[in-house]
Amino acid sequence: MRYESAVEVTSLVKRYGAKTAVDGLSLTVAAGGVTAVLGPNGAGKTTTIEVCEGYRRPDAGTARVLGLDPVTEGARLRPRIGVMLQSGGVYPGARAEEMLRHTAGMYADPVDPDVLIERLGLQSCGRTAYRRLSGGQQQRLALAMAVVGRPELVFLDEPTAGLDPQARHATWDLVRELRTDGVTVVLTTHFMEEAEQLADDVVIIDGGRAIATGSPEELCRGGAENTLRFTGRPGLDLVSLLNALPADTVAAELSPGSYRIEGRVDPQLLATVTSWCAQHGVMPDHLAVERRTLEDVFLELTGRELRA
Amino acid sequence: MIPPVTPPAPATAAPGTGAFAPVPGTAPLPRMIRAQALLETRMLLRNGEQLLLTVVIPALLLVLFSAVDIVDTGAGKSVDFLTPGILALAVLSTAFTGQAIATGFERRYGVLKRLGASPLPRWALMTAKTCSVLVTEALQVLLLVAIAFALGWSPHGNPLSVLLLLLLGTAAFSGLGLLMAGTLKAEATLAAANLVFLLLLVAGGVIVPMDKFSSGVQAVLKLLPISALSDGLRDVLQHGAGVPWGDLGILAVWAVVGLAAAARFFRWE
Repeated sequence: MRYESAVEVTSLVKRYGAKTAVDGLSLTVAAGGVTAVLGPNGAGKTTTIEVCEGYRRPDAGTARVLGLDPVTEGARLRPRIGVMLQSGGVYPGARAEEMLRHTAGMYADPVDPDVLIERLGLQSCGRTAYRRLSGGQQQRLALAMAVVGRPELVFLDEPTAGLDPQARHATWDLVRELRTDGVTVVLTTHFMEEAEQLADDVVIIDGGRAIATGSPEELCRGGAENTLRFTGRPGLDLVSLLNALPADTVAAELSPGSYRIEGRVDPQLLATVTSWCAQHGVMPDHLAVERRTLEDVFLELTGRELRA
Repeated sequence: MIPPVTPPAPATAAPGTGAFAPVPGTAPLPRMIRAQALLETRMLLRNGEQLLLTVVIPALLLVLFSAVDIVDTGAGKSVDFLTPGILALAVLSTAFTGQAIATGFERRYGVLKRLGASPLPRWALMTAKTCSVLVTEALQVLLLVAIAFALGWSPHGNPLSVLLLLLLGTAAFSGLGLLMAGTLKAEATLAAANLVFLLLLVAGGVIVPMDKFSSGVQAVLKLLPISALSDGLRDVLQHGAGVPWGDLGILAVWAVVGLAAAARFFRWE
């Protein structure tokens, strides 16, 4: 079946009792790319993903996944998607390799389980019962189970939560390989670095709505200012410097000899600052342009207060 | 000296061997159900507490009460009285207690949820669970019958009646066990399923003859599925009765009510 987008969520509403978990959320996932869904705890990420997986029925709005309704056409959809839950999902007494082989056996043309076991570093614990695996090993097994059926689309709910750096990079490599092989990936994460590393598209969710979407570059570029820092001798005449710069630029001496300029930092501004320094006999040490990271964007959009 | 210019490293993206190129598709249903049933049976046989419940306790009770005259089991050899009751207990332990506890924890640990996202349909999962229960019961019956023969058991009656009783008993206890597992918390299921096992062991005509209770209490106890199963099995195996319709009727009612309630109220998460 042909479909324009791998996932199309429109004005989705989902309530649990009096609590509204998702409140008119819309998002689109392009086929063949990696989409990261970011948001604070309780923003509605998992609920949205679970509607797409067919676990929850929308109270309003629609979700189409690979052109299908996840609830009413779930039987046709399930063989085509891979699912990694946030936790659990395996018999406590099942051995890692046993469970992966069992999952592979549910599909017509699965990936060789041995390949996945090796790729995800699970060789040493293949005969270990699930309940005795470390948290990271459990996560990697769940990831292997999500991709073993050669799905068109995988949903990974916090795939690297609790992983050590090696395991995280193994997971990232696997996600990149999925993308190269034409698999669409939707992942939720708390790690901005993960989204920057992997995602073609980012959707930031807060309060049950999608509040920003775009590529990581687009999100970091748009909106707020960039920053230029340098050190020099203390007490430079910032008024004179600002006169040479565009009107909306701000400059400050943060501590004696440490300067920060905020504004539209482009090559022109950089040239103006360095030539002003040259005119005033100042060597701008540690000159650095700081771009906004995805984390800055995220915190700007979702605020800094702690969430429940 | 100017260092030689090295060519740029290839892009860090994975090599793209095509190992994950999408080829979605479902395995044949019978193969999935068989694999699922075998997995569930292995999980059960690997679980020490479950084995205690389904194998050790029934076998121990059979040997102990046959060898030692603790309970007055009426006229005839005590093993002839005890074996039908112990077979009923085996069905109770697997179809009800064991299945309720296992399914309750599968629900709690997200196993049922995760399987719900796999190509295995829910009805196929329940079919596999039933097959796993039947396989386990077959192993229990083989073991217990072997022990009973070693103790001098001499059974009567029609094996088909016995089979019918065991199957209807399994259906009745499965419905009740799944109802419990699908509605209560896993810990509550664990406690309640064990408590029910103990109460029915004592009050269901398994090892204590029903005539030890007053006639008023007996009238109520005889409506329990465990009493119907042990009484029916005893009628056939000890007394050579034909088809115990009354007991089969009681079991059928429990089966219909239990399975319908489980289908209606079972929550997968």
